[in-house]
Amino acid sequence: MSSGISILVIDDNKIRASIIEEGLRDAGHDEVIVVHQMDGLLRQIADIDPDVIVIDLENPNRDQLEHMFQVSRAAQRPIAMFVDRADSHSIEAAVEAGVSAYVVDGLKRERVKPILDMAVSRFRAFSRLSKELEDARTELADRKTIDRAKGILMKSKGLSEQEAYDLLRRTAMNQSRKIIDVAQSLVIASGLLGD
Amino acid sequence: MGQLTPVFAGFIPLLDSAVLVAAKEIGFAEEEGIALKLVRESSWANIRDRVAVGHFDVAHMLAPMPIAASLNLTSLAVPMLAPMILGLGGNAITVSAALWQQMAELGADRNGDPSSTGLALAKAVARHGANGGTPLRFGVVHPFSGHAYELRYWLAAAGIDPDKDVEITVLPPQLMADALAAGQLDGYCVGEPWNTAAVAAGTGRIVTYKQAIWPDSPEKVLGVTRKWAQSSPETLAALMRAMARAADWCADPQNTEHLTGLLAGPDYLACAPDLCRPALGGNVHLGATTSVARPDFLKFSGGPAAAPSPAHGKWFYDQMVRWGQAKFSAAGEADVRTIFSPALYRDALQIDVLPAEKSIRLFDSAPA
Repeated sequence: MSSGISILVIDDNKIRASIIEEGLRDAGHDEVIVVHQMDGLLRQIADIDPDVIVIDLENPNRDQLEHMFQVSRAAQRPIAMFVDRADSHSIEAAVEAGVSAYVVDGLKRERVKPILDMAVSRFRAFSRLSKELEDARTELADRKTIDRAKGILMKSKGLSEQEAYDLLRRTAMNQSRKIIDVAQSLVIASGLLGD
Repeated sequence: MGQLTPVFAGFIPLLDSAVLVAAKEIGFAEEEGIALKLVRESSWANIRDRVAVGHFDVAHMLAPMPIAASLNLTSLAVPMLAPMILGLGGNAITVSAALWQQMAELGADRNGDPSSTGLALAKAVARHGANGGTPLRFGVVHPFSGHAYELRYWLAAAGIDPDKDVEITVLPPQLMADALAAGQLDGYCVGEPWNTAAVAAGTGRIVTYKQAIWPDSPEKVLGVTRKWAQSSPETLAALMRAMARAADWCADPQNTEHLTGLLAGPDYLACAPDLCRPALGGNVHLGATTSVARPDFLKFSGGPAAAPSPAHGKWFYDQMVRWGQAKFSAAGEADVRTIFSPALYRDALQIDVLPAEKSIRLFDSAPA
């Protein structure tokens, strides 16, 4: 069933945009258009003539967008930022999550609110995902560093892999440092001293 | 020394964020008991939204923004104040190399005289219209900005109707020079270093500048919600004292190189120091072979000049009315005078008497 609301998603982060698009489609909105490129945006908006525009707050073109809504002949219908004065929490949540929504004048608030809520929750999910990915990358890099440190110890001291790891751990514990920090120092020192 | 009070401040990467940057980096904020956290933002809309919802306690704002927010002319409008001026001057109007060539042929002054360059532009616009060309397009950074009002004032003074004879659009400052080079804009009014960027690239020519249009006029202000100003008066006063000392530091020519290095750094403008130097050093290249020595091109002051003046607020309000952004009302004017009241700054800095309010004088004002 179609909601009859056309939604334009402006986000130059393609992965995040597709996560939002999917969420909106799952919620029964089949008129969702995603734009990554800001070039010619004004004409595109005039062509698409959306009821709701969802834009990420990192986008430097928000000022241009708002100006267009104020004066422009390109947008045929007046559009305003979604502000529900009775519900300042949802605005705060949106700004917190990094998303903003603009709505064609006259569109009922109760029809728009679920769209904003959806965008907010998907933006949040995306930042959580990005953080997990970042953590995973760091963990992988850490493991590689520890492996290199072990290799250095095995070679220079003739230790087994387990003994090399135990030495790293003992050193870290004795100096109240993390294993990765000890490993990093060792790798750097060994690099400086020419292995 | 006790615990530092954290203050979150939003800023846009422009040279006139210098006072906030110096307050943090040179330690003036800390000396006043404040842990100043600066957050770089990508649009004025974000600055407005994050101040409105309380993510930022204060922000680097376009001088007309607290007025627009207080008079409910924008989204997420909340009552605000502009208790301190962060910089005077600093903007310029740049046109494309092609448009400058026409203006020069039509007698435009090479040294940026606003009357002369405006009249030359009026002739170029008329010629352009007679040839059936689409209207020339100019960029500003925000509809409620000193840039928009300076550009409009300069155009109108030369007999150019900013709404009919040309088109005015909004673009982020850092994109202006590229848009000019690509032919998407014929000119723009923006803060430094984004005029110098076009001059250095050889794609633009500065035709006039803010200090020539309206000498010593406020450009950016410290923007705060009235709510925060009322709930944290001591913090606001301490912050203004720190920023006043930072402004004096920025104004000292001995510190220009240090300041240039700070601002060009990766946390702030992230640009070539050479782009920042002309405006900070007061020697601005208008074109490849012409430069203008104006030590006050972008002026910082921690003295009485940083006190807001109700007359300045009134001028901005008059422009909003003039260009159809606001409807005049006596209550609106009274509100604007409160927003630009010098009282908070004067009390924080313990300045006994501020100089009498000077009348507003622009380049075409009749001599007093």
